[in-house]
Amino acid sequence: MSIYLKLIWAYLKIGLFGFGGGYAMLSLVQNEVVKNGWISNQMFTDIVAISQMTPGPIGINSATYIGYVSTGNVWGSILATLVVVFPPYVLTLLASHYITNHHDNAVIKGAFMGLRPVVVGLIASAALLLMNKDNFGNATTDQVISIIICVASFCVVFFTKIHPIVVIILAGIAGYFIF
Amino acid sequence: MNNIYLQLWLTFMKIGAFTFGGGWAMISIIEREIVDNHKWIAKDEFLDLLAIAQSMPGILAVNISVVIGDRLKGVKGSLAAAFGTILPSFVIILAIAMFLTPDTIKNNDVLSRIFKGIRPAVVALIIAPVITTARAAKINWKTIIIPVAVALLIYSKLPFISNPILYIVLGALGGYLYYTHTILKRRKEGDA
Repeated sequence: MSIYLKLIWAYLKIGLFGFGGGYAMLSLVQNEVVKNGWISNQMFTDIVAISQMTPGPIGINSATYIGYVSTGNVWGSILATLVVVFPPYVLTLLASHYITNHHDNAVIKGAFMGLRPVVVGLIASAALLLMNKDNFGNATTDQVISIIICVASFCVVFFTKIHPIVVIILAGIAGYFIF
Repeated sequence: MNNIYLQLWLTFMKIGAFTFGGGWAMISIIEREIVDNHKWIAKDEFLDLLAIAQSMPGILAVNISVVIGDRLKGVKGSLAAAFGTILPSFVIILAIAMFLTPDTIKNNDVLSRIFKGIRPAVVALIIAPVITTARAAKINWKTIIIPVAVALLIYSKLPFISNPILYIVLGALGGYLYYTHTILKRRKEGDA
């Protein structure tokens, strides 16, 4: 199967099952794209970092970047970006025409009741899968420094209102001077 | 600037170009533009449209632009709005992808050091929403088994079992069955 067909198939699934926002979607991207070996773990993390530092939703950013890198040309980029928005586009359009009383819709209400705890698990799996030697280094000293950066970043993001972009920039500066 | 399609496109392009982080960060800005500035839609209708956009899969910011564009000008309006939302991030990321390839990062000493520092911070950025979404989902000691099992099974990398789509389908199906069989029944008995 050509790389383009594979890309279409992967991003159709990512778009169709992408519930719970950008971070939950990362788990799908990992499963479809990183597992296939199209991009490395390290690159996947770099894409998340770049997505955070540039405007726009992470789902679009990852599709555009991965579409380009996996095919080596602009068409792959355009294709992945259009495909990831296509199934949700059709579904959203249909929903806005036909679901008039969505507040009391038992299918949507029930489905989301079940999806909420799953989404927590999806995001946790994305984080777990990224805690590896690709991102934390091979040498023990590298790993210790990386863990300190990780814990410090977590505290800043979780306990203060400082924007994640600032955290990424500071971590980059720290990396430049320490490594 | 009388053309409503052009206005929709430009408005959503502005939103796409200036909001970092997508999703929830975008909603308040979309509301300000659509409800307060352009007065295209009333606040309560905006909330209804937001609920529809949220209940569909995919990228929330794109879904919101679709429902708003559709409400104003039908399918053509939804296309204009959706393309506006997508375009800025597409152009920016494409430019980055062309110049900042994985090899560029690896072969450049300064960049590789910077990214070595950034990667563990990115992991932290993903751990934080685990806790905030767990709180929002009101996860307790009884229901915590669901996210823990889902995370570990996906992490296991086993074929089929580690596919996140499996748990999205099971979660939605299980939630629906639980809701219709338990909660609706309980409510009916309460009425009787």
